[in-house]
Amino acid sequence: MSFLTVTAMLLKSFVLNCQLFAVTLALALPLGLIVSFGSMSRFRPLSWLTRFYVYIMRSTPLMLQLVVVFYLPGIIFGPGHSLPRLTSAALAFILNYAAYFSEIFRGGIQGVPHGQQEAGQVLGMTRSQIFFHVTLLQLIKRIVPPIGNEIITLVKDTSLANFIMVKEIIMMAKEFGNKGMLWPLLYTGVFFLIFNGVVTLALGRIEKKLDYFKV
Amino acid sequence: MAILTATGITKTFGRTEVLKGISFSLEEGQALAIIGSSGSGKTTLLRCLNFLETPGQGVISVRDEVLFDAADPATQREREVRKKRLHFGLVFQAFHLFPQYTALQNITLAKDLLAREQPGYKARRKAIQAENEAQARELLAQMGLAGRADHYPHQLSGGQQQRVAIARALALQPDVLCFDEPTSALDPELTGEVLRVIRGLAEQKTTMVIVTHEMAFARDVADQVIFMDNGVIVEQGDARQVINHPAQERTRQFLSRYAQS
Repeated sequence: MSFLTVTAMLLKSFVLNCQLFAVTLALALPLGLIVSFGSMSRFRPLSWLTRFYVYIMRSTPLMLQLVVVFYLPGIIFGPGHSLPRLTSAALAFILNYAAYFSEIFRGGIQGVPHGQQEAGQVLGMTRSQIFFHVTLLQLIKRIVPPIGNEIITLVKDTSLANFIMVKEIIMMAKEFGNKGMLWPLLYTGVFFLIFNGVVTLALGRIEKKLDYFKV
Repeated sequence: MAILTATGITKTFGRTEVLKGISFSLEEGQALAIIGSSGSGKTTLLRCLNFLETPGQGVISVRDEVLFDAADPATQREREVRKKRLHFGLVFQAFHLFPQYTALQNITLAKDLLAREQPGYKARRKAIQAENEAQARELLAQMGLAGRADHYPHQLSGGQQQRVAIARALALQPDVLCFDEPTSALDPELTGEVLRVIRGLAEQKTTMVIVTHEMAFARDVADQVIFMDNGVIVEQGDARQVINHPAQERTRQFLSRYAQS
């Protein structure tokens, strides 16, 4: 099989990795923000519940979470009740990454000096005005580096979906391996390198954009 | 007639009684200095006036309108508290400028946001913002910072930042402007420029409450002075009289420590 054919086939399966990445990022970021509000809530049961959720998600292997999301509905409700493989993978990733993101958001929000909020209050701003016009940008500036770390990790973690037989790029390469071709597996690294190269550049640009002020 | 009246203000944190029934009033156009050692409750009193703390007991009125009455929960609704805060301005010890905005934007932000609540804002948005900007530039000039409008806080010295913070508070035209140790976070050579600005405001008859450790400044600029100790007002009266000839032994002790240093 020619290099071009292998490249095309790997690229086709890498689209799944990209889809998983995009869906997870788009949904785990807002969910993480909501979870962070929950864990900071003064309503104790809510903060306990969210902190317990974060504990579970951060303390068990992501691979295991994939398995649970994919197989548990079938075990409970009987065969045929599992979600599609790709959906299960996306769901597990979203739940897992939202937990990590929520902790980063919590740290970021609590890191903005309380005086900023009070300054907004004495100027007659509403809570939401203070959040959107005062806190948010300072918060974003603080969390771009740690969120960037997670995003780069997520790109690589998408390949874990092969554990529940999602035909992403590593799974594809392993199939080549079964046919005696080992080099495609090594070659997949190039795809991740290029993708994360773009991500790294984008993150650098965001950081530079926020460089005009100091917190 | 008094513009500001506080009656029987108490505040307790946990088991510590920080304010034990503070009463005072302030005439329009006068400056009141609050002095006293750290932990005497000065800052807490100022924060109560600005609704950053809720007093346990007491009443706060501005121009005969009761803004806060501990016995009347109707005066403590969050929506209304926000509006009531606008009777007061507060300049913090640590400035608390918004780092992502220029000096000019720091001053106009709150006013632009408040304007959104006015009827017909959408149609007049541009004109209102231009008005606010013109006012902010005027205030900056008054603070001696005309050339710093487009600087970000981290590009300004502490004294300049504090003057921007004063302009920011003035922009909303509060009835009473409060200062919480406005020079305590500044290098000694930068305190002068901030004190000069406050002195200028006193000359323009701005009603002010100033918590300060600068005794000479309090004596020369304030009309009235309150000496607080351990949550109570030990002595109050004419600024010169109290600082030059304190009647209470406790005030004398406190002031003599400043005279030595």
